[in-house]
Amino acid sequence: MAVAATPIRVLIGKVGLDGHDRGVKLIARALRDAGTEVIYTGLHQTPEQVVNTAIQEDVDAIGLSILSGAHNTLFRRVLELLKEQGGEDIVLFGGGIIPDDDLAALKAAGVRALFGPGAPMNEIVDFVKGLRS
Amino acid sequence: MQERDPRSTSLSGLDINGVYSRDDLKDWSPEHDLGAPGEFPYTRGVYPTMYRGRFWTMRQFAGFGSADDTNRRLKYLLERGQNGLSIAFDMPTLMGIDADDPLAHGEVGHCGVAISSLADMERLFEDIPLDQITTSMTINGPAAVIFAMYLAAAEKRGISFASLGGTVQNDILKEYIAQKEWLFPPEPSLRLITDTIAYCAKRVPKWHPVSISGYHIREAGSTAVQELAFTLYDGLTYVEAAVKAGLTVDSFAPRLSFFFNVHNDFFEEIAKFRAARRLWAREMARRYQPKDPRSLQLRCHAQTAGCSLTAQQPMNNVVRTTLQALAAVLGGTQSLHTNSMDETLALPSEEAVKLALRTQQLIAQESEVTNTVDPLGGSYYLETLTNRLEEAVLDYFRKLDDLGGMVKAIERGFPQREILDASQRYQREVERKERIVVGVSDYLEQESRSIPILKIGPEVEREQVTRLSDLRKSRDSFRMAGAIEELQEAASCGENVMPSLIEAVKAKATLGEICAALKEVFGTYRESVVL
Repeated sequence: MAVAATPIRVLIGKVGLDGHDRGVKLIARALRDAGTEVIYTGLHQTPEQVVNTAIQEDVDAIGLSILSGAHNTLFRRVLELLKEQGGEDIVLFGGGIIPDDDLAALKAAGVRALFGPGAPMNEIVDFVKGLRS
Repeated sequence: MQERDPRSTSLSGLDINGVYSRDDLKDWSPEHDLGAPGEFPYTRGVYPTMYRGRFWTMRQFAGFGSADDTNRRLKYLLERGQNGLSIAFDMPTLMGIDADDPLAHGEVGHCGVAISSLADMERLFEDIPLDQITTSMTINGPAAVIFAMYLAAAEKRGISFASLGGTVQNDILKEYIAQKEWLFPPEPSLRLITDTIAYCAKRVPKWHPVSISGYHIREAGSTAVQELAFTLYDGLTYVEAAVKAGLTVDSFAPRLSFFFNVHNDFFEEIAKFRAARRLWAREMARRYQPKDPRSLQLRCHAQTAGCSLTAQQPMNNVVRTTLQALAAVLGGTQSLHTNSMDETLALPSEEAVKLALRTQQLIAQESEVTNTVDPLGGSYYLETLTNRLEEAVLDYFRKLDDLGGMVKAIERGFPQREILDASQRYQREVERKERIVVGVSDYLEQESRSIPILKIGPEVEREQVTRLSDLRKSRDSFRMAGAIEELQEAASCGENVMPSLIEAVKAKATLGEICAALKEVFGTYRESVVL
């Protein structure tokens, strides 16, 4: 008999200093509407804050938005902290303005998926839903 | 014949008819609603001759890396016929922290130029004649500090404050609404803005102390109506604060300026500029009865819509930007920035920014649209749109009045929620292909982006951190501490902070140190999240 699955829990937030939250809020709304439990951290989060919240809230994934160009520093720092704090099973994904070269390097470093400008909303929702299957 | 899937609404959701006629303008009178160019209510433009007298100022927003990197870019643009400067600061500078603050790590020089001290500001403008060129600086939370650095840099070169022309954006209300780069709570922030307005009225008379900005509101996803409504209402809030502080309206209102987005809906955008001027003139006249007609005139800068650009098929962005720039010109802007085609990928490369500047030069010199003032005035469609925008904005004004003004509305999340809902509506329309984005939702190509982009290396941060550490070692720390103390004194007793800010930057206090000192007096701000 199938066991009713608990909904997927995702932390959605913005790290770094930039305040461009149009995209991240739309994604938070879309994931919420699709039945995901969304913990939205708000703006100006440090990697430490994000990882602490993610572990406390026992999330399946962290989705981060960065439009300031600080992606190389901040995604790597989040991955490092997840490793240090035993959160390697938490999937890290993100979005923002990320040049192709950086994209490949970040994926190699362990960021599961990165969605660029113009990525369809359902692609992101499907990605998150697919994390449990 | 049946119509091809007729688009029934504007980009902002206004109902649009297939044809307009005299019947749509029954209550409209050319004398009352249009006037002559340069005359109340300024629908047709703030100057009688507009571009027949002088073209708009071509002002490309520029900044990246170190002060020296940006200084070279500014000179590059000036050498290619640009006639005004516009400075983009990096995120740490915009947030009032120094490059060596742990929060700045990875962000230094990325989104703009890193300016942490007066010495950086001096290098930014080295060999640029500050008394002959106007400079716009996009800075808000720490605007008064950056402005103090600019003034001190001019003073050190023997350039009088009276000869300085330019703008600091200094518009904090739209930060709480849309751009989200604030330092202090709303009340002390408004007081800092009033201080800069009062200081400019007395000491820097050719300066624009505030550029009341709709650009970021639109980029955050608002409609044209919301952009106009929230921006003009922000402007009225600054006027009210300055009048309450004892300034006469004519002593500062002529120096207020505005900054609008130019988006894709060509006619709606042209109408937006016309409605903006009429609304401002009517509201200022009704509320403050100024004697100087310049207090009624809305002058503005415009920038093409960054959020309309696509990472897919980036060359298409040149075309989008051209259409938007043409709308701003037909709408009668005083100054214009055209986005570069690569800006969805990175800060613009030299080649891309040159093409963006050339786009403006082409419109000015080759299209011949500049020969006639307000060439579309009197069009049934355009005048109807202008009227509709004005009515919709006045509806928002009433709502904002009912909420107790803009600060209260922001605290309750009203403008933030309106914008988020509009942005979601638009996104859904795109996802359902009710609106087509060329190259993204239709006309796709399997292609890799192959245009060259600008990269900022890690050495920019390392060098800026070294410069700061050298500065801290070499300065007279006793003088610096004294200047900070006097600044805090002025801030807490309600004195105008500009003179003590200028002293503090001359004493080599850094941006981060000054902002931290002001936070001790003013406190900080945390937004209530609207989702």
